[in-house]
Amino acid sequence: MQLNDLFTKTENGMDTMKNDILKRKLLMRKLMQQKYLLLMILPGLLWMLIFNYIPMYGISVAFRTYKITDTLFCAPWNWKLAGLTYFRQFFSDAQFMAVIRNTLGINVLRLLIGFPLPILFALLLNELKNARFKKIVQTVSYLPHFLSWVILGGIMITWLSESGFINDLLIKLGIQDKGVPFLAKREPVYFWSIAIISDVWKSLGWNSIIYLAAITSIDPSLYESATIDGAGRIQKMLYITVPCIQGTIAILFVLAVGGLMTSNFDQIMVLRNSLNRPASEVLDIFIYRMGITSQRFSYATAAGLFRSGVALFFLIAAEFVLRKIRGTSTI
Amino acid sequence: MGSSKMKRAGELPFDIVIILVMLIICFITLYPVWYTLVHSFNEGTDAAMGGIYWWPRKPSLENYETIFRDNTILQAYWITIARTVITTIAHIFVTSMFAFGLSKRYLLGRKYILGMGIITMFFSGGLIPLFILVTQIGLYNNFLAYVFLGLFSFFNVFIFMSFLSEIPDSLEESAKIDGANDFCVYIKIILPLSLPVIATIALFTGVGNWNDYFMGVIYMKDRELQPIQTFLYRLIAESASNQMLVSMPGGIRQSSVTSQSIRMATMIATTVPIVCAYPFLQKYFVKGMMLGAVKG
Repeated sequence: MQLNDLFTKTENGMDTMKNDILKRKLLMRKLMQQKYLLLMILPGLLWMLIFNYIPMYGISVAFRTYKITDTLFCAPWNWKLAGLTYFRQFFSDAQFMAVIRNTLGINVLRLLIGFPLPILFALLLNELKNARFKKIVQTVSYLPHFLSWVILGGIMITWLSESGFINDLLIKLGIQDKGVPFLAKREPVYFWSIAIISDVWKSLGWNSIIYLAAITSIDPSLYESATIDGAGRIQKMLYITVPCIQGTIAILFVLAVGGLMTSNFDQIMVLRNSLNRPASEVLDIFIYRMGITSQRFSYATAAGLFRSGVALFFLIAAEFVLRKIRGTSTI
Repeated sequence: MGSSKMKRAGELPFDIVIILVMLIICFITLYPVWYTLVHSFNEGTDAAMGGIYWWPRKPSLENYETIFRDNTILQAYWITIARTVITTIAHIFVTSMFAFGLSKRYLLGRKYILGMGIITMFFSGGLIPLFILVTQIGLYNNFLAYVFLGLFSFFNVFIFMSFLSEIPDSLEESAKIDGANDFCVYIKIILPLSLPVIATIALFTGVGNWNDYFMGVIYMKDRELQPIQTFLYRLIAESASNQMLVSMPGGIRQSSVTSQSIRMATMIATTVPIVCAYPFLQKYFVKGMMLGAVKG
């Protein structure tokens, strides 16, 4: 028996070796067959590794003291570990509460006001009977999306100045009797409303595209049977259109909640100044100031990691809550 | 939407209200741009007195003459155009090649690569680590920073891939029978068929590159490397505007331009290319967003 065992063992050994050689040959053959495909994905792959994954590794800067003279790739044993020092500095910073308040204040209000409006716009647009008029309105509504925030900000700074257009209008209408420099006020109500209103203005048309697309995929026979049942326009909107696009609404809502820590950087950079700073200093701007202007790299990276972490948490939490409410997953 | 031809009497006010709302929205959307246009064609010193809302009071081309004679501005326009054209073309090639490869189920490592890409859509290292990286690989104060940073986007890969899935396999198979390799298939078949998607992506990345001002702010030290949006940003948001204007050729001697009117003219000149282009590409990007809605 023992000899037999030896015999089988050797055979198995030979088989495993043959298997390995076979597997490797298959792999090589596949590689050669797909060589062009593999070459074609190479630039994108390299790009992701360099510009997405190395910065992820660079998050380690938050946990060590980093000087601009250090290289990112400097070996771990050379690191001047700082543990959670910079996180502690960040949380105890005098401006921490104000920054978080500004960030969440603007973003939550913008979600409450700016999320439903494109949906409403899409619903109303869908009711337009004249196709040409509808097309024109759509084209016009996309225009603000294509303007840069520098341009928009330039217009707004001019208009909101003490002698600017808005003040002119308000004085003529009798709402106030002298000009108010809206962008120079430090109370949140001014800057926040300006930021939210301008953001909605800029993105209303563009954000409605995806809802309109979802609406066009609704089965028309649903509307026909509703008409037969005697439903009016508004009833059709409420009971057919909205429920049919709720999947799209849900996805976009989850993504929007995930973005509650992300501010509209371009917009705020342009509209902010030293006078409205108490209301306009949001987390992203704070990170930029600390990291790039003041060169406090480790500190800013720690703040950035906090931001990304909380954003991810919001995203997951929103998906979880919505899944419970709707009974199905959003994705 | 097919529906009965009978119009119920009670629906007319509803229609009218909607049309009114749409007209108001159109007006609110267009007026700020119109205002800027009007002011850019008006004498600056006259505009400073206020009261111009609908039409230029003292029409003048002087604002435009001033900006197009200024070397800093011309250089900035050149940077914007160069960066947009080069980056967009490169982006389309890199992204579409990647999507083509990834669309083949038999690609080695496909699942891992897909996973890698999806992660990047939800989590990133942040601004500071990216800045440190860019500085360390020598792209600081380097025109190529614009190109390299804008070269790839996994989100666009998704858009390409969902489009590619609609191309019948038979086309590729018959080409391969005729002896074409994957790269040939890509160049001769996939690219020509993908023109709608390419138009969409080209519009998105083109506009993104054209309108971006931030890269110029943090990565470029030399003024000559900053695009027109960064120039405008410094003009508007940093109060160095007066100094910048005095350094312009001729200064502001007897001309009627003010810093305000210059700003208006620059804004219009910067936006006109995009505003003229997007209506024609509308059907492409609407379709592109639809792909995102249905597949995403």
